[in-house]
Amino acid sequence: MAANAPYLAAQARRRRELITPEGLSLPLTVAGRGARAGALMIDYVIINLAIVTVTALLLYLAFGVIGLKSGAGPEQLFGTLEFLGVAWLIAMFLFRYGYFLYFELGPRGATPGKRMTGIRIAARDGGRLTAEAVIARNLLRDIELFLPVVFIIGAQSGEGGLAGLAAAAWFAVFMLFPFFNKDAMRAGDLIAGTWVVEAPRRKLAETMSLAEGARGPSRTTGATYHFGEAELSIYGEYELQTLERVLREARPEAMAAVAEAICGKIGWSAGQGDERAFLEAYYTQLRARLERDMRFGKRKADKHS
Amino acid sequence: MALMPLFGRKAVAPPPDIAAAALRSDRFRLEREGEWKRLEDIVARMESGRLRKLSDEDVLALPALYRTAASSLAVARETTLDAATLAYLEGLVQRAWFQVYGPRTGFVGWLRRFLGGGWSASVRAIGPDLLIALAAMIAGTLVGWLLVSSDSQWYHALVPPDFAGDRSPGATREALRATLFDKPDGTTGLSAFAAYLFSNNAQVSILAFALGFAFGVPSILLLIHNMALLGAMLWLYHDAGLTLDLIAWLSVHGTTELFAILLAGGAGIHIGRSMAFPGNRSVMAAAAESGRRAAQVMTGVVLMLVVAAFLESFARQLINDTPGRLIVGCSMLALWLAYFLLAGRRDASGGA
Repeated sequence: MAANAPYLAAQARRRRELITPEGLSLPLTVAGRGARAGALMIDYVIINLAIVTVTALLLYLAFGVIGLKSGAGPEQLFGTLEFLGVAWLIAMFLFRYGYFLYFELGPRGATPGKRMTGIRIAARDGGRLTAEAVIARNLLRDIELFLPVVFIIGAQSGEGGLAGLAAAAWFAVFMLFPFFNKDAMRAGDLIAGTWVVEAPRRKLAETMSLAEGARGPSRTTGATYHFGEAELSIYGEYELQTLERVLREARPEAMAAVAEAICGKIGWSAGQGDERAFLEAYYTQLRARLERDMRFGKRKADKHS
Repeated sequence: MALMPLFGRKAVAPPPDIAAAALRSDRFRLEREGEWKRLEDIVARMESGRLRKLSDEDVLALPALYRTAASSLAVARETTLDAATLAYLEGLVQRAWFQVYGPRTGFVGWLRRFLGGGWSASVRAIGPDLLIALAAMIAGTLVGWLLVSSDSQWYHALVPPDFAGDRSPGATREALRATLFDKPDGTTGLSAFAAYLFSNNAQVSILAFALGFAFGVPSILLLIHNMALLGAMLWLYHDAGLTLDLIAWLSVHGTTELFAILLAGGAGIHIGRSMAFPGNRSVMAAAAESGRRAAQVMTGVVLMLVVAAFLESFARQLINDTPGRLIVGCSMLALWLAYFLLAGRRDASGGA
């Protein structure tokens, strides 16, 4: 579980409190830059797939039209091809600008890529996410993504000389903008007054204290585990929540290891084979104790405090 | 709730045995989790866009359920150490909040508000920036004219060669005249040309807007640079005595297109200016406020460019005399001006 610590610390840094218009405090976690980069890549894969499909379809139609020799004069043939050309140009424009607008204006506030990585956009001030904000943040994508790439590649080849290098550096500022503020906003977010936050979809987990071991004697052994004050005062909230994760994941080897660790710590020697009931009982009693102290304003963060 | 069997993931669960829970915080949760699940179900249906299938009672219950869940969260944070329940509640309250405060207007409603005053109100709101952009455009035209008239070599620097074609210094009056009045071969190919023009111009104007982010300076430079091209062409045709014909030729779509570019540049300058001089607001708040207003202007710019592309590829080629072109161009200009100055005046206080 120690491997989780840096991750949890990084997550704690990204937590924000948003005060909604009616005065409720709403916990939000700013989306990580990795998740956003991943979402962008997924979106571009989807857009490019759509572009390739539409192009292939229109080309297929175009060759079909050319193949139709009989009946139509060159005028009509040209007209049809022109129509296909117009359709292609409009489709490209829509894919480039319409894709993000359509999905981000929807009820989920997220493109398919964002949905897959579990993030969405939100208004920074806690108000409504307006159409104007979504439009503004997406119009800036050009100078944040396409131009920097063009200029940086251009600067590498050395064609533009010093001016090219300067332009590349200038556009790189836009591209790297998310790395220079703690909310990971890109320039478009700043202009639109939006940010990207995590949008977790969790299921309501089981109630822990309804489990067998929490309520009474273990079914396997018939033993009732009862812990004294000394045994319960060792651990704090961090260990409690680690224990909760272990119980919810319900992997036998992990439960055996944890039961052994707890037994070693409190000086018990519980038998093999009844780890689940033992841990459930310990969890419930530890939580009861910690929650009672919590109601009196005493909190114990972990075993060291 | 008659639709529940269609969408519900599972049959109705037996009511939880509240008294059996050993912990007080778990009893708290068991007493309320029915409401939380109902809220989750409503929110999930709203998220998937099936708003119409929500029953009236669900819609009415939503705000109350949202508030219950929010206060449950506040209590749970102080009384429970059940990390999974806390995480679930935080996620649920957040999702419900996004639905309660989500964008409520559909596309049609938004478009009606946008065309019925929102757009023109934001255009009026960035008036000072439009004047700056206009000054930059006039300056650009003058610079182009003066540069080329002092040394015609400048023409080749300002006008890209593939665009110039026959229009270059030293061309005869007839050749220049032909570029204005000769019809291209037939009228086919025009709609493809229109689509291409639109897509190109839209990208340029989006660039002019987006560059405003750097305190507006690049927007002004872009405007000056683009208008220098116009100045250079004006000089060329003026030398051949075709000034009015060129202006008429340009005005058919130019009054719309240049107006759109003016708006795009003005929108960019608006953002840059409010970030450089935010006044009493924080820079972030100023940027967000001006950004939203400018985005509304920009949406209109894209619409104007569609109109301009149609005018350029159809009207200009089909109307082939100077007075006719001038009439179309000037009436378009009058139309835009009237719209921006008059539309949505009544509820201007609520607009933008």
